[in-house]
Amino acid sequence: MSIKIGDIPYNDRIDQGIDNEFMRQAVSSAQGRFRTGRLTQAEVLGDWEDWRQIGEEIRTHTLENIDYYLYQLSEQVEKRGVHVFFAETAEEANEYVENVIKKKKAKKVVKTKSMVTEEIGLNHALENAGATVVESDLGEWILQLDEDPPSHIVTPALHKNRQQIRDTFTEKRGYDQTDSPEELAAFARQQLREEFLSADVGITGCNFAIADSGAVTLVTNEGNAEMVTALPDTQITVMGMERIVPTWEDMEVLVSLLTRAAVGQKLTSYITAITGTRLDEEVDGPEEYHLVIVDNGRSKILGTEFQSALHCIRCAACINVCPVYRHVGGHAYNSIYPGPIGAVLTPLLDGYDDHKELPYASSLCAACTEACPVKIPLHELLIRHREIIVEEEKRSPAMERIAMKGFAQWASHPAAYKLSAKMARTALKPWTDEEFVENGPGPLKGWTDVRDFPAPGKQTFRTWWHNHQKGAKK
Amino acid sequence: MAIHNRDKFLNKLAANLGRPQRREGVSRPEYTVQPQHRVFKDYSTEDLIAVLQEHCKVIHTDFVRTSKEELTTRLREVLDKYEARSLIASNDKRNQEYGLDLAYQQFAEEIDVHIWDASIGKENQVIAERTDVGISFSDITLAESGTVTLMMNKDNGRSISLMPKCYIAIIPKETIVPRMTQAAQKIHANHQEGIEPPSSVCFVTGPSNSADIEMNLIVGVHGPVKVTYIVVD
Repeated sequence: MSIKIGDIPYNDRIDQGIDNEFMRQAVSSAQGRFRTGRLTQAEVLGDWEDWRQIGEEIRTHTLENIDYYLYQLSEQVEKRGVHVFFAETAEEANEYVENVIKKKKAKKVVKTKSMVTEEIGLNHALENAGATVVESDLGEWILQLDEDPPSHIVTPALHKNRQQIRDTFTEKRGYDQTDSPEELAAFARQQLREEFLSADVGITGCNFAIADSGAVTLVTNEGNAEMVTALPDTQITVMGMERIVPTWEDMEVLVSLLTRAAVGQKLTSYITAITGTRLDEEVDGPEEYHLVIVDNGRSKILGTEFQSALHCIRCAACINVCPVYRHVGGHAYNSIYPGPIGAVLTPLLDGYDDHKELPYASSLCAACTEACPVKIPLHELLIRHREIIVEEEKRSPAMERIAMKGFAQWASHPAAYKLSAKMARTALKPWTDEEFVENGPGPLKGWTDVRDFPAPGKQTFRTWWHNHQKGAKK
Repeated sequence: MAIHNRDKFLNKLAANLGRPQRREGVSRPEYTVQPQHRVFKDYSTEDLIAVLQEHCKVIHTDFVRTSKEELTTRLREVLDKYEARSLIASNDKRNQEYGLDLAYQQFAEEIDVHIWDASIGKENQVIAERTDVGISFSDITLAESGTVTLMMNKDNGRSISLMPKCYIAIIPKETIVPRMTQAAQKIHANHQEGIEPPSSVCFVTGPSNSADIEMNLIVGVHGPVKVTYIVVD
């Protein structure tokens, strides 16, 4: 997989999302719970706005000096026995990892949930190198067994129900118990234990690398990241280049923001900071450790008006409040980064060609901006994308350009405007039932498919105004 | 060890930021607000213990408070509740101070007891995997989130708190601080003074859990299913 999920056109994806009853219910209830969790935590703190403020300041300072902090990180982790590879492209990153796997003659790789490895399509490279890849996050494991892409960046299998999950386990792994979440999870625990213990290499993402001491911090609830980093002798961490903070003190603040904004927890069950390889006589942790720092399009966002998009700490708070995501679900975005942050980030990383509709998948209600724990002005960035798409890239849909041109012509010629306003009621007569159009023609169809459109009034506003003025003069 | 491809990569970042590459001379600004230091600022240790105890309910963790003298008895009770037939514990200097070395000798008459032994290497992991209960000390305890901070070393492997079905954290009262801020400050200050951080620092908050199936909270996924904190005065 890469950042783009598939080739289904935008409108079809939207329809698929809207028609998927279970998914829409699951998303709406998840949104409710995530949102309540975040708001409760914000209320408990009492000074959430100050937390957001310091979060924004840390991210701004870090990104403005990202070259300095990456330099410092690489020096520090090397001192602790880590090999560091800076990868400008997905291909470079994959090739490096592939070589490590080949050199180690690794047969089995266990992974933690990581957005960046999805983004660069690392699993393909691992399989090319002859290794079996096992995703160890429960949601990711379910998706891997079912060969399905993630639909949410925190709970990737949100679109699946328990019956589907049971059927997948039965079909792929001979599961023979009920669809109770506890039993399903207990089965996954037992199946994955064997994988952890027999894996040659563990691969993780990175929530926050700490520049001045050279640590990699992982934030999880299941304990899989601990298994992946404690048991195999070789570890590879792949990080997007912006997943970095200056010190432990900054990490602490951002972790507090992340866990509250993501799931409404004060801290998740596991936060592990790993500094280099295991030391003399230690048993847990890797003896060989590679850190791969990935650009893959991020650097071209630096120094632009979109730089704050790199401040994102991947909490999904914006996704959890978005009314558009609520209706269309994660897959409709056709990107591994869905929701408002996905609509901002995906065209920046992967270009407008395949993603020019995404900035329009927003009502611009600004709920995302308000929810963001590091104050990224998401809806403003979406507007800026639209301006670029329309003005610079001339990529607005052809029908919209023609319609806008026509509208300008028509609205600026009083006679034409007057005539058509008068005619509208008559023209729509065949589709009108009482005072509503229920199954409109042409461009009205998109509207009347889901709701009625009021029939044009018996008199136009101009006629009414004219009569009203006459009446007033009497 | 090697660093590959760094100069080209970082030069590009600096160029896009419109300046030459920075390798020194950057210091963190004084952030305009620092709410993290205000949380439970004037709380006494007793106040913090109350916060910790209350939060244990949220994180599905049993809370026990006892004295050094009573610790062995209380620990035994928890082990019995977990129906433990085996335990694995860190080879901590504090075992002696808290009377645990004797306690483990005593328990060993009835159940399998393994004290982490660096000399047998990976065998420790294999034992941890088949053991019922793991026991270790908290180095810094965060009241706000109900978190034990485990500083790993050759006598205290991560497997202890991770692989067994149940985990018991012994929390010396004096390790309790308001929140993660104080733990981060301490590790940061140590690093400034030249004391390197451990190869891994684990912040563990209750049992492992997941909400990946229909958003139902499942307690106990890859890590422990049950956790008890024993605060010792």
